[in-house]
Amino acid sequence: MREVFTVSKVRVATTSLAGCFGCHMSFLDMDERIVGLLEHVEFSRSPINDIKHCDPCDIGLVEGALCNADNVHVLKEFRENCKILIAVGACAINGGVPAMRNHFTLQECLEEAFLDMIGVDNPHIPNDVEIPLLLSKVHPLHEVVKVDYYLPGCPPSADAFVKVLTDLLEGKEPSLPKSMLHYD
Amino acid sequence: MSKFIKIDGVEVPFEEGQTIMDAALAADIYIPHLCHRPGLSPHGSCKLCTVDVNGRAVSSCTMPASEGMEIENDTPALKKVRKTITQMLFVEGNHLCPSCEKTGDCTLQAVAYHLDMLDGHFPQFYPRREVDASHSSLVIDRDRCIMCELCVRASREIDGKDVFAISGRGTGRHLIVNSPTGKLGDSDIELDDLAAHICPVGAILIKDHGYEVPIGRRTFDLHSVAETDLEEVILKKSAHHDEGEERDPNEGGVYGV
Ligand code: SF4
Ligand code: SF4
Ligand code: FES
Repeated sequence: MREVFTVSKVRVATTSLAGCFGCHMSFLDMDERIVGLLEHVEFSRSPINDIKHCDPCDIGLVEGALCNADNVHVLKEFRENCKILIAVGACAINGGVPAMRNHFTLQECLEEAFLDMIGVDNPHIPNDVEIPLLLSKVHPLHEVVKVDYYLPGCPPSADAFVKVLTDLLEGKEPSLPKSMLHYD
Repeated sequence: MSKFIKIDGVEVPFEEGQTIMDAALAADIYIPHLCHRPGLSPHGSCKLCTVDVNGRAVSSCTMPASEGMEIENDTPALKKVRKTITQMLFVEGNHLCPSCEKTGDCTLQAVAYHLDMLDGHFPQFYPRREVDASHSSLVIDRDRCIMCELCVRASREIDGKDVFAISGRGTGRHLIVNSPTGKLGDSDIELDDLAAHICPVGAILIKDHGYEVPIGRRTFDLHSVAETDLEEVILKKSAHHDEGEERDPNEGGVYGV
């Protein structure tokens, strides 16, 4: 009689920090391939299912840079819970477009956005306690936690997501062919 | 009788006075480089062209070839060193490729692809550098300048002008412009000058021609930087775009190196 192994699914968590959700959209661009993926993978915390906290996982995909205290908190939760942490997309890897504010002081940014910009009515800088405090500069993930793998692109293509996840599921070191390596 | 050097075990002929880089390029062997461009005097600043000659690291763009040199070029160890150098170039400036008009046509980015660079590894410097948009048809974004001095040499050696120089030290190094105000608009650079087109990155850009070629169809979307006959493609692209001129839509842009 052949032995039947029940292999539990690989748990994957995803989140978007200071990003545009473009990486998540690109991830979903894998279209029907997600059905095949779901035979091997189940999602923990992710905007796809709206689970709010990360439990122990195999793979964490983090899109976006760190621009506020909550981003740092979420990233640390991912690092504590995920065996493999992947920085996904330009913002997670080098700060990307959000880091363009690093050319200015935080005060200058807030004044421009909430006081001086054309079309602002009731000008005031938001100060609700519920709003996470902004960091004075935007940072990429690897400046705060150890990152295991990087998936560049703005966004990485659906094919690149499939390639890296397939490699990991097959127990291989993830690698991107040249055709999938883009920073834009 | 020709003289020979050996690059990765392959015999490569050279003529007296040629550098290792010259001999390699003539033999279609790619040695990664950023600050070198045939026709300009070598600069030896980026160190990307580092090779091992009889066990010692040298810059191939400045080292004259000589009989009996055993050179290592395409090795995992050198690839690692070159990748680290490239990562340092990225983090020292502000290289946010998705927001850069040069993306896809940029030699720094193409070299990074060639070296399988996935991240910057080091903490980002995020330096604050000045933009100069004073010229009617050119713009300088110093965020992306890698201080290769190609524009400096092109202006001096080919255009017969002296528009650019690098000034300052360490993290304060920056591109300066030779004009009464220090602004490019008040210099004697012209759109026909090689200096206006030679920048390997997106630090000197031509105005009014942005995004003529869509991302995904640009030089290094279609070619690898390691193709040594690329100079042809690049020259074609840096030629001026005459209105109405036919161009191959598969061959990428008109401007840029
Ligand atoms: S100059 Fe090159 S490497 Fe730098 S941001 Fe532009 S495309 Fe990227
Ligand atoms: S502006 Fe461009 S060509 Fe000139 S030194 Fe900087 S990177 Fe090199
Ligand atoms: S190409 Fe030789 S040092 Fe830059």
